Amino acid sequence: MTETHELVKQLADKYGRDRASLMPVLQAVVEKQNYLTEEAMNEIADQFGISAAQVFGTASFYSFLDTEARGKYVIRVCKSIIAEMKGKKAIIKALENVLKISVGQTTPDKKFTLLETNDIGWSDQEPSMLINETPFTNLTPEKVINIINEYSSK
Amino acid sequence: MNSNNLKKTDVIFGIWPCMEDNKYPILEAVINRNPDDIIKDIINSGLKGRGGAGFPTGLKWKFAASQTESEKYIICNADEGEPGTFKDREILLKVPEKIFAGMAICSHCIKAKKGFVYLRGEYKFMLPQLNKVLESFHESIRKTGYDFEIKILLGSGAYVCGEETSLMESMEGKRGEPRNKPPFPVVEGFNNKPTVINNVETFVNVAMIQKLGVAEFVKLGTDDSRGSKVFSVSGDTPKPGVFELELGMKLSDFVAEYGDGDTKAVQVGGASGFCVPRKRFEDTIIGFEGVPTGGSMMLFNSTRSMYNVLSNYLDFFAEESCGQCTPCRVGCQQLIQGIKAVKKGSKNEDYLDSLLKLTESMKITAKCGLGQSVANSFYSIVTNFKEEMIY
Repeated sequence: MTETHELVKQLADKYGRDRASLMPVLQAVVEKQNYLTEEAMNEIADQFGISAAQVFGTASFYSFLDTEARGKYVIRVCKSIIAEMKGKKAIIKALENVLKISVGQTTPDKKFTLLETNDIGWSDQEPSMLINETPFTNLTPEKVINIINEYSSK
Repeated sequence: MNSNNLKKTDVIFGIWPCMEDNKYPILEAVINRNPDDIIKDIINSGLKGRGGAGFPTGLKWKFAASQTESEKYIICNADEGEPGTFKDREILLKVPEKIFAGMAICSHCIKAKKGFVYLRGEYKFMLPQLNKVLESFHESIRKTGYDFEIKILLGSGAYVCGEETSLMESMEGKRGEPRNKPPFPVVEGFNNKPTVINNVETFVNVAMIQKLGVAEFVKLGTDDSRGSKVFSVSGDTPKPGVFELELGMKLSDFVAEYGDGDTKAVQVGGASGFCVPRKRFEDTIIGFEGVPTGGSMMLFNSTRSMYNVLSNYLDFFAEESCGQCTPCRVGCQQLIQGIKAVKKGSKNEDYLDSLLKLTESMKITAKCGLGQSVANSFYSIVTNFKEEMIY
C-alpha cells in the first residue's frame, strides 16, 4: 500500500466519507503533500465512493487546492489594487531574484512556489503575502529576502 | 482637519465583561427569553446585514423560525474576500466570543442545534486561536444545559464562496457555484435545510443588541442605517486600519478624517461597490440610504490612474467568476478587452457606451451578485473618469 493510500484512508477515517467531508480531506492532503496528485484524487474518490471526476471537479474550483506540482512553501503575493499601489511589483521582483524563478514556477529543489493571489485581507498593511498559511505584511524587498533566507534554512 | 461630524463608536470592539467561570452571562439571560421576543428586538433594532447586501436580520430570522423542519442550521459567513475588506479579520481576532454568542442567540430563535463558521482559507492562521475560544464557549454553553454546537470550516481561496449559496455548495463538498434563488437559504440552505447565514459583524451586533437593549442600540445611526459599522480603510490614507463609525456619515467627513488631503476618489464597498469622485463627497451618505458598504473604503489620490484601478478590478472579477453563467463568464472578458482597446485607440470612445450597455445586461442576467455588481464599479469609474479611460 502506498503512502498516499494510507494518508487518504487516515484522513477519511478522521473527517468522514460523506460529501461534506471532501473539502477538509482535500485541504489536509494539500497540507501534507503540497498539492493534489492524480493518485491522491483517485484514492479520495475510492474512499468516498464517488468518481475521480467529482473529486477533480471540486478540487479544480479552488485556488488553494492545487492540482499542479507545488513546492513545500507556496508563496502567494497579494495582487489587489491596494497592493499594486503600495509596491507589489518590487516585492515580486525581489522574490523572483532571490528564488531565481518567475511567478507561477517552483524552485528546482521543490522548496518554493511563487504565485500571485487576489486580496488576502491585509489591505491596511500592503504589500503582503502568504507563505502557506502564514501572512507577512508591510513588506519591503529587504524584508522579503530575509524571510526567504529564513525559510530556506528550515 | 474638521472631523467633528464623524462619530467613533465602540459597540463591536468594546469590552465584553467576562466572568471567571461564566464567560457568557448573556447566553443564560437570552435562552430564558421567548425566541419571538428576541426576534422582535432584532426587527425593532433595524439591524441590516453587515456583509454588504443589507437584508434586515430580524426578518431573515423570522422566516427561518417559521420553517417547520426539525433540522436547521446557522452559518457565520467569514469568507471576507472583497478587495479592500479586512474588518472581519479584526473582529475574528479581537472579539470572537461575541460572534459565537450571536450565533447561539440565533440558534435559540430559530431552534437550530448546529452552527458553522465558514472561515476563508486566507485566515487559516487564526484557526488555533479561534478553536481555543470556541472550546471555552462550548464549555460555558454546556454549563447552562443548552444544546448548541459550532464547527469552524475552512474555505480554499474562492471569492465567489462569499455568496451565500456558493458557500453552502462549498460546505457540501462541491464546486462553489451559486444556486438559483428562490428558494432562499432560510427555506433551503445547507443540506437543503432551513439555514440562517449572516456576516461575522451581524452576529456581533445581535449579541450587542441583547446586551445593550434596543433603545440604546437605535441611538446610533439613521432611520435607514441603524447602529455602527466597522470600516476597512486602505489606500492613500495616513491612517489605514479598522475603524468603527456611526452609520449615515457624509463621505466628505470621512475623507476629512482619513484622506491624505489629495483624495480624488473613494471606492465604497470594494471592487463590487461604487467609486465616488471628489465632486460627490459632500452629497454622498455612507449607509443604506446612500452608498452602502460591507466596510471596504479604498482611497485614491490624484497620482492614481483610475484606468489601472478599473483594470485591476476587472482582472479580479474575470478570475473569480465561477464560469457557470454566460453573462459573467464572457462579460468580464469582454470588458477587459474592451477597455484595453479604447485605451490603445483601436476602438473609439463611443465603444465605452457599448461596454456600459454590456454591464447593464450583466446586472440583469448574471446569476449571482458577482456578475451583477461588476456594473457598479464599471459604471461609476467609466462615467466619472472617462478622460482617464481614453488616453
